[in-house]
Amino acid sequence: MSSDVIDLAGAADVRAANRRLQGRQGAVAGGRFEVLNPGGAHALAAGLMDDVEVVIRGPVGYYCAGMNKNATVRIEGAAGVGLAENIMSGEVRVTGNASQSAGASGHGGLVVIEGDAASRCGISMKGVDIVVGGSVGHNSAFMAQAGRLVICGDAEDGLGDSIYEAQIFLRGAAKGLGADCVEKEMRPEHEVQLAELLARAGIDLPASAFRRYGSARSLYNFKVDNIGAY
Amino acid sequence: MTMDTSHLRESALFDRATIHEIQRAASEGIYRIRGFGAKRRVPHFDDLVFLGASVSRYPLEGYREACGTDVTLGTRHAEKPLEIDIPITIAGMSFGSLSAQAKEALGRGASAVGTSTTTGDGGMTQEERGHSTKLVYQYLPSRYGMNPDDLRKADAIEVVVGQGAKPGGGGMLLGHKISDRVAEMRTLPKDIDQRSACRHPDWTGPDDLEIKIRELREITDWRVPIYVKVGATRTYYDTMLAVKSGADVIVVDGMQGGTGATQDCFIEHVGIPTLPAVRLAAEALQELNLHRTGVQLIVSGGIRSGADVAKAIALGADAVSIGSAALIALGDNRPDLAEEYAKLGTAPGFYEDWQAGADPAGITTQDPELAKRLDPETAGKRLANYLRVLTLEAQTLARACGKSHLHNLEPEDLQALTIEAAAMAKVPLAGTDWIPGRL
Ligand SMILES: Cc1cc2nc3c(=O)[nH]c(=O)nc-3n(C[C@H](O)[C@H](O)[C@H](O)COP(=O)(O)O)c2cc1C
Repeated sequence: MSSDVIDLAGAADVRAANRRLQGRQGAVAGGRFEVLNPGGAHALAAGLMDDVEVVIRGPVGYYCAGMNKNATVRIEGAAGVGLAENIMSGEVRVTGNASQSAGASGHGGLVVIEGDAASRCGISMKGVDIVVGGSVGHNSAFMAQAGRLVICGDAEDGLGDSIYEAQIFLRGAAKGLGADCVEKEMRPEHEVQLAELLARAGIDLPASAFRRYGSARSLYNFKVDNIGAY
Repeated sequence: MTMDTSHLRESALFDRATIHEIQRAASEGIYRIRGFGAKRRVPHFDDLVFLGASVSRYPLEGYREACGTDVTLGTRHAEKPLEIDIPITIAGMSFGSLSAQAKEALGRGASAVGTSTTTGDGGMTQEERGHSTKLVYQYLPSRYGMNPDDLRKADAIEVVVGQGAKPGGGGMLLGHKISDRVAEMRTLPKDIDQRSACRHPDWTGPDDLEIKIRELREITDWRVPIYVKVGATRTYYDTMLAVKSGADVIVVDGMQGGTGATQDCFIEHVGIPTLPAVRLAAEALQELNLHRTGVQLIVSGGIRSGADVAKAIALGADAVSIGSAALIALGDNRPDLAEEYAKLGTAPGFYEDWQAGADPAGITTQDPELAKRLDPETAGKRLANYLRVLTLEAQTLARACGKSHLHNLEPEDLQALTIEAAAMAKVPLAGTDWIPGRL
């Protein structure tokens, strides 16, 4: 099936591209699009509503695919700050690295970063699944509420700081865990879920190679004994 | 027999409330968290008076000559600016801190007089959207309940950087207010003491904010205005930077501003009063040539009367916003609840435990039995009445100054009763032409 081409080096600017992809100029559900020469543009392919397939050939700026629903977005290149922030559903994949706050506050769907992710990956996540092929920067999964963050490489300091009910799966080493984040038992059901998620992300690694982290739940209520941790 | 207490002298420094707080801290080992706003006296609009018409100025006839009150918000970039009939809006107060009934009542009251309400930290409820003809959707650091569908249902978006009660602080909702519905909307477990973040997860600083605002516009097709709300601290620079970042409307909340739950030390000791904040924000807009033309200014924090409204506008606000006063109009701190307040160790006029969830008026609670006590229709009517009174009062003062629209009020119509207020508002001390700090 052929794709509609939107060339940002040509007549279209980000606004025109987004209006098209959001279906504001006619139905797009089921459609396929190819965006050329993104040149690090911000908020590209953000606010998509329908099950469109978008391939972006080149690097994108901040908030690419932000708040999307249903759409499948593939970025062939690197992504700036806030990749797929607040994503509701659908899939976003970046073949390169992603800057800070990838998948921030995401509510659902799948975000795959084939390279590394910088700091605060999965910050405030609320149900999204994030799979990082490489390593993540500091304070990843900070205040993560729900969903899963899978890290195939290592994690910098403060992993899972003040985490709520989200789960972290880490293959490499964490430089340090944040407040209230602890290693948890990897039970068979977790391995099954993780294997399924890795398969969906197209990453060929055994689930058994990962360790699981989550909340010790000791900071859930203000207690004077915890004062040092706040 | 009552004891003769005339010889007992209370310390100004260690007054009874201070002594009580030391005793409480010593026994509980945790800071005091409460609702309401700052309780100590700070320079405020009470310290200003209007110069009514005189031989050199003539007034407008009350009841006969028109005095306009309408405001258009978001004329800078939005395709559909928000038009309100009166310059008083309802501030953002979260579902969670307030009951669904209270949110509905706010919507009913505001809609009856043609003004807007605002969501809060916790997302948009059906009750609120359904009963608010004009609804502003807050975009907060926590992003609780944030989703593109609600975003597109909003008539305006307010990016919250901070609020006056706690500039630099995040939100709080204590466990007893986290009902099933609140927990679900926020994607959090029940019964935990929930802390909302103090910083946005995906931007820091004005350059990022500019890109964030652009993203929000892309998602909403550049249709609705985008406000930026800040707690009053470095207000001149914050206003400049928010404008530079592309905001259509600046919302400045003074240190007196109410809160659902914050540490008492934060409420009382961080931020500057509303009085200097209005002037600083207006000066920044004037400097940018955007005052009363391109970017609108909404001011909140301690607005109680039409006099406060008129004075804020005279100092440069386009509209004001109310939180605490709106809750009081709905029925908070009512005398007929005295017995129930007594059971909570307080009394009408003093109740500040909005964080606790035990509100006998059914406003700051998630307890279904308590919340049921608030009839949204009756409470909404009370709020509408109150908003009408504020408007009539502000018009009365404006007409006395000869103004055919509230926006024609200006600093020249005001003088100050104290040197502090004169310095902060930059209007002359009454009876003089002295503005402290001005050569
Ligand atoms: C119960 C309550 C809840 C509040 N929740 C929020 C909130 O969620 N987001 C926000 O920006 N401000 C919140 N505020 C602050 C108000 O939006 C507003 O800035 C303040 O109430 C204005 O001051 P006033 O109470 O003196 O009118 C809240 C205030 C109260 C009283």
